[in-house]
Amino acid sequence: MSIMEIIGGTFIIIGSIFLFLGALGIFRMPDIYNRLQAGTKATTLGGMSLILGVGFLEPSWMMKMIIIIIFIAYSNPISSHALARAMYKRKRYPLILSEDKENMDAYSEVNPHEKEEVKS
Amino acid sequence: MPTLTFSEKLSRFIVNSVFMMLVWIAFTSSFATHELIVGALTSMIISYLSIRLFTCCTISIFNPVKIFYMIWYLFVFLWALINSNLDVARRVLTPSLPINPGIVKFKTKLTTNYSKMVLANSITLTPGTLTIDIVDDTFYIHWIDVKTTDPEKAFTDIAEQFEKILLKIF
Repeated sequence: MSIMEIIGGTFIIIGSIFLFLGALGIFRMPDIYNRLQAGTKATTLGGMSLILGVGFLEPSWMMKMIIIIIFIAYSNPISSHALARAMYKRKRYPLILSEDKENMDAYSEVNPHEKEEVKS
Repeated sequence: MPTLTFSEKLSRFIVNSVFMMLVWIAFTSSFATHELIVGALTSMIISYLSIRLFTCCTISIFNPVKIFYMIWYLFVFLWALINSNLDVARRVLTPSLPINPGIVKFKTKLTTNYSKMVLANSITLTPGTLTIDIVDDTFYIHWIDVKTTDPEKAFTDIAEQFEKILLKIF
């Protein structure tokens, strides 16, 4: 085993551990916003680390892998922002555990909460 | 759409061509002459046609001081990304699930759209925060463990380390 294979394998293992933790976070968290938090962060670093590992295993692909890493770092937060904003506009309001429910949701000043329509 | 002056067009054209050329070199992974010529022609044609779409930056981005701050920003960002992953791992693996979610807001001093986008993406990838929306200069942030609802203090906690570097770049 060459040194490049050891480095690449280490990055791939680290990436898959973070991806697993992200999946566990999506399973355990109580509402959509917290799930997005766990999902976005873990898949970004997990995916980046995994792809960097592939680059070390196959050094001639390294530059392409770096382009993919930049693209992941660019596009992953944007997609999670779009999902979170769409969910707020669809009236899935965030779970709030603390006592002070009025001040904990600052976004309601832009999108006032409405009562859900009763389906007849 | 605002009409662009010739110097604005020229500086955007040069910046876009250089960035596209770098991507071309990274994809082909070769420095053969015919590859470089085709790449230069293609990136010039594309950046001429799309001069209104890519509004990221002017030619002042090649200032060495700004390049230094960009590299520094990259390291700050990577450190925050690793920290946030360890934070997620800690919360997920703790059996009692220690969260106190809520949405806070703060105001930013950044003016251009592109720098706001970079700041929003960085905030999403830092520990425990997720950008929900930007309205003019107000950021709405979902925070997994709300420590304060005061906009000033939230700004100091979440965004200050990124904004002071971004103000020097853009």
